[in-house]
Amino acid sequence: MKTKLLSFAVILCTFMFIAATPDGYSPGNKAIDFKLKNVDGKMVSLADYKDAKGFIVTFTCNHCPFSKAYEDRIIALHNKYASQGYPVVAINSNDKTLSPEDSFEGMVVRAKEKNFPFAYLYDESQEIAKTYGATRTPHMYILKKEGSDLTVKYVGAIDDNSDDPSMVTKKYLENAMDEIIAGKDVTTNSTKAIGCTIKWKGTK
Amino acid sequence: MKLQVRIIFLSVLIAGFFSQEVDAQSRIVKFDTIDSLLHQNSAPVLVLNFWATWCKPCVTELPYIEELNKKYGSSGVKVILVSLDFKREFGSRVKPFIERNKITSEVLLLDEPDYNSWIDKVDSSWSGAIPATVVITGDKKLFFEKEFTSFADLENNIKPLIQ
Repeated sequence: MKTKLLSFAVILCTFMFIAATPDGYSPGNKAIDFKLKNVDGKMVSLADYKDAKGFIVTFTCNHCPFSKAYEDRIIALHNKYASQGYPVVAINSNDKTLSPEDSFEGMVVRAKEKNFPFAYLYDESQEIAKTYGATRTPHMYILKKEGSDLTVKYVGAIDDNSDDPSMVTKKYLENAMDEIIAGKDVTTNSTKAIGCTIKWKGTK
Repeated sequence: MKLQVRIIFLSVLIAGFFSQEVDAQSRIVKFDTIDSLLHQNSAPVLVLNFWATWCKPCVTELPYIEELNKKYGSSGVKVILVSLDFKREFGSRVKPFIERNKITSEVLLLDEPDYNSWIDKVDSSWSGAIPATVVITGDKKLFFEKEFTSFADLENNIKPLIQ
């Protein structure tokens, strides 16, 4: 009887937890790790990065003009923050039937063309994008290792001008990163941006 | 030879006529224009469709939005296509797109690159993915962050406000 009650409570709590985060992760949530195929063919998990203090996770893709506009800036973010313990991990979750350019083969080509210095992973089942609550590309998440947890510290945009890097006045993600590295709370931990919708399986 | 000259002359005239039309129905705006539309629209029903020429799902649903304009335009439904294309591509991409696809709705290119500063003002539930559509009448507002899959889908969704 007790066990039944306990399992009922566990189930209830699970449902409550799911209900509490219907739209994916917000700052403060615990993020899950994943195991996804990298463009080099190897499976990659965040747990593989033993020395990392955290991650700059970006949901992106090959075809989207916003993703393309930000590729060089994402490379620059990796080059700036990987050495400080926060490498970029890029994930493509687009359905290849709806967006053929975003197939795994397309990712391999793009990663080579741009010489990505970071992992570019294929979320074929789209489970990771759904769990994280990514809706568009690029959609950024900063995760920080806290004990055995990965805590979400920032969700949103890279900066305030996708088209023209020289016109950027607010570096949302870099500001958040610098505060995290300085051990401060993140002042602006959630921002929004226009982006290409993630192409969900079976939507059309 | 003379005929060729005439044809060229005529084509230039026709092209000029169409581009004038496109000029009249499309312009670049800042967010204050959209904001005032959201708050004090004069039409009984206002439909704002956020899209871009490069956005495949947006372009796929565009004919349904256009059909809405054609079917309900005369009965008080005002349709505005808010383009999120880059400003520098207004002449090279957006205007030719309007012409090529014979778009009849008004097109406003929203030149406001700090998206974070205005997305919540359109609707706080909007993540920023497009297409997205707002329907406003009086104090009622509907917001859709989705692609309409048919004209019936669009019509059924906003019918409560049209009638």
